[in-house]
Amino acid sequence: MKRLPLTTLVTRSLIAAFTLSWTLLLSAADRDYGLSPVKIAEDTWVLTGRSEDFSFSNGGNIVNTAFIVTRDGVVVIDSGPSRLYGEQLRRSIARISDKPVKLVLNTHHHPDHFLGNQAFPADTLAALPATIHGIHDEGGSLNENMYRLAGDWMAGTEPVTPARSLAADPLEIGGHQLELIALDGHTDADLVILDRSTGVLFAGDLVFHDRAPTTPHARLPRWQAALDRLEQTGFRTLVPGHGPVASDAAPIRQTRAWLTWLDQTLRKAADEGFDMTEVMAIAPPAEFRRLAVVEAEYRRSVGRLYPAYEQRALSKEAGRP
Amino acid sequence: MKTSAIVAVLLACACSLGQAAAPAERRTAAPHSTDPLDSPRWADMRKEMFPAGARVVFDERVRVTAPLTAENAMNVPVSVDAGALGDVQEVLVFADFNPIVRIVRFEPAGAHPGLGFRIKLQQSTPVRAAARTADGSWHVGGAWVNTAGGGCTLPSTGSSSPEWQKRLGEVSSRVWERKEGGERIRLRIIHPIDTGLAAGIPAFFLQDLLLADNSGRPLMRIEGFEPIAENPVFTVDIPVGRSAAGYRVSGRDNNGNAISAAIEK
Repeated sequence: MKRLPLTTLVTRSLIAAFTLSWTLLLSAADRDYGLSPVKIAEDTWVLTGRSEDFSFSNGGNIVNTAFIVTRDGVVVIDSGPSRLYGEQLRRSIARISDKPVKLVLNTHHHPDHFLGNQAFPADTLAALPATIHGIHDEGGSLNENMYRLAGDWMAGTEPVTPARSLAADPLEIGGHQLELIALDGHTDADLVILDRSTGVLFAGDLVFHDRAPTTPHARLPRWQAALDRLEQTGFRTLVPGHGPVASDAAPIRQTRAWLTWLDQTLRKAADEGFDMTEVMAIAPPAEFRRLAVVEAEYRRSVGRLYPAYEQRALSKEAGRP
Repeated sequence: MKTSAIVAVLLACACSLGQAAAPAERRTAAPHSTDPLDSPRWADMRKEMFPAGARVVFDERVRVTAPLTAENAMNVPVSVDAGALGDVQEVLVFADFNPIVRIVRFEPAGAHPGLGFRIKLQQSTPVRAAARTADGSWHVGGAWVNTAGGGCTLPSTGSSSPEWQKRLGEVSSRVWERKEGGERIRLRIIHPIDTGLAAGIPAFFLQDLLLADNSGRPLMRIEGFEPIAENPVFTVDIPVGRSAAGYRVSGRDNNGNAISAAIEK
């Protein structure tokens, strides 16, 4: 057997030592999301995530989840970014009610909204058909990516596809009149839940509040149409997918203003021949500075959305003048 | 917070390990060639990318613009501009830590010595542009791009769709007048561009492109390598004196498929 040179051995033992110490430190780390449900209406609690990007320090808890305690059981709206989150969410619910979880709704197929599904009984999981397809097809890669972004918090997390397919119908559960509204634009299927009994509108990621919207599967015109529809629902309390709960339509208007600016900026840039790096260098105007992570989210949106605007501006059949 | 601090410390340790092996090579480099991007791979890059006796200097006049953090490793935008140097003969763009280091080489034979394009990255890396001036010196600029990576070992989306076969080599383009004078050409070529690093999918990429004016005078030669992004979009600026009534792009990929299209105003 060939002997390894001393330097290689030293390097390898150092690497092994670092790996070992890292593993030990990480497993010792305190992994508590610190979930604290806040009652926002009769029977209704919200767990507000941080207005940040996914990170090793927040473990993916950048999302709002919610639950409604009805006479017949608990309705959960989104299950969070990881198995651990789902389990801690379930324990938070159990501290408030001893009723069983009856229904878990995934508003759409983004990882922070469904990767907690494992913590709930499989027959409680439900979503719109396109969300079910999305979780089925992309769940694995979205989960893998979450491991890269949130690290150890994801331990043991695997995507679980809801079996129950929802239609846009009224749904009466334990005295709560829920209206399921099937919209799209943030993704191909965005489920909105209006609780007619309390006036709470769970808007999912169609509405962001004081946090720049994410756009990996966005279609901006559809999204804007969905926002128009939401504004007409006559809600009393608005639970956005990200950011603080509100009692008026300000978050809807804020989200719409951002999408409108984004759409116009990308279209103008493409029509004027901007290279993608030049588009990324555009600074969002002052009115959007208060949105958390606005600069990072803007650049991500340019990366995702600009190619389609470019294509339209470059090819005659797609609409080039 | 705790976790990220640990990661930072470990990364710092890992970097110093990587650099510990380098000092012997570093001493061979002249003092003015200290890498501003502090990459442990620079010594290797210096050896691999440039002739042994060539003068290689780091030069801020060669600007590389790319996002500090790139979410989509399959499509990372990069702009290179060596316009602040005089008389640029060729520009070589490479990424130290990419499994295929060379990205694109271009000769601005009349066009502005700059190019906008998009690339695939496998991991976080410096992206560098080395511009050779008429005296034979190489001027190197660059930027770090952080990415979760994986862009090079994924199959192109085109490789799984029959669509590109019908449209392979199709060019869409447009010409703008620039406020600064001269013109800008942007062109998009339908091509799946596979790196050859995804299992079972051979390398398939644009190898040679020539941008010329209508009378056939060359404006820019572009030699492409595997890490250029799928359905590439190029941005080229034409200085005032070289604007023409129309332009042409021609070339081929590594399988010999021809690309030929008029770029009309």
